[in-house]
Amino acid sequence: MSVRTPLARVEGLGAAHSGTAHFWRQRVSAAALVPLAIWFVCIALSLIGDDRDAALAILARPQDAIPLALFVVAGLYHMVLGVQVVIEDYVHREGPKILLLVLTQFFAWIVGAVSLFALVRIALAP
Amino acid sequence: MAEQAKSAARPRPLSPHLQIYRWPVTMAGSIVHRATGIALAAGTIVLAWWLMAIASGPAAFDTFSDAARNPLGQLILFGFAWSLAYHLLNGLRHLAWDAGWGFDIRTANRSGILVFVFSLLIAIAVFAYAYAARGVRL
Repeated sequence: MSVRTPLARVEGLGAAHSGTAHFWRQRVSAAALVPLAIWFVCIALSLIGDDRDAALAILARPQDAIPLALFVVAGLYHMVLGVQVVIEDYVHREGPKILLLVLTQFFAWIVGAVSLFALVRIALAP
Repeated sequence: MAEQAKSAARPRPLSPHLQIYRWPVTMAGSIVHRATGIALAAGTIVLAWWLMAIASGPAAFDTFSDAARNPLGQLILFGFAWSLAYHLLNGLRHLAWDAGWGFDIRTANRSGILVFVFSLLIAIAVFAYAYAARGVRL
């Protein structure tokens, strides 16, 4: 016999109220990041030692710019999910916890905006 | 009643603390996975700076290049490369576990050690390539 209410059983979200959504998003972004991170390292290695003009020419190509943009977005998304778990594990007071979770979100949006702005600017550079 | 008072006065057994606990491989791997994740989160600032430096102009590009060539910069970049290699390889280990593979103690210990070894080798190989093939000079 279950002590859970019929509504709780139907929703299937458990004690965390969000079910397996967080777990699943973390795994899907992880899987996406495997090829994207490898591609990022290859691009970065191919640019080492080059001057700015060579770097501009390479990063303006769609086969480099698009995976790099995806790497930034998927990486920051994965980062927010991961850092959230660390904060929830170690910070137990409600106020500081919520503040840190919000700051993590702000951090991701700012770093993402700067990175994507830079990529667009490189792609449109004359 | 007297019996109860005596047992309350006796110190209760304590579980071992981290300092005197022999670290199992899987525990070390789990802690390092978190630590490298945090390091990579901080590393996104370097990534944004790098892209912005290329986008902004020659002066910003030179500032970034000088910082990257600096010994401290090289140390940070090596840490970033190793963190990425470790987090990626250990992440694959986690995905395999989630799929139900390799979760027995023997395999988990062995894959844990392999991840440490291969992540270091990858980071060293990346730097060796940067120095040897791309002609990086400090």
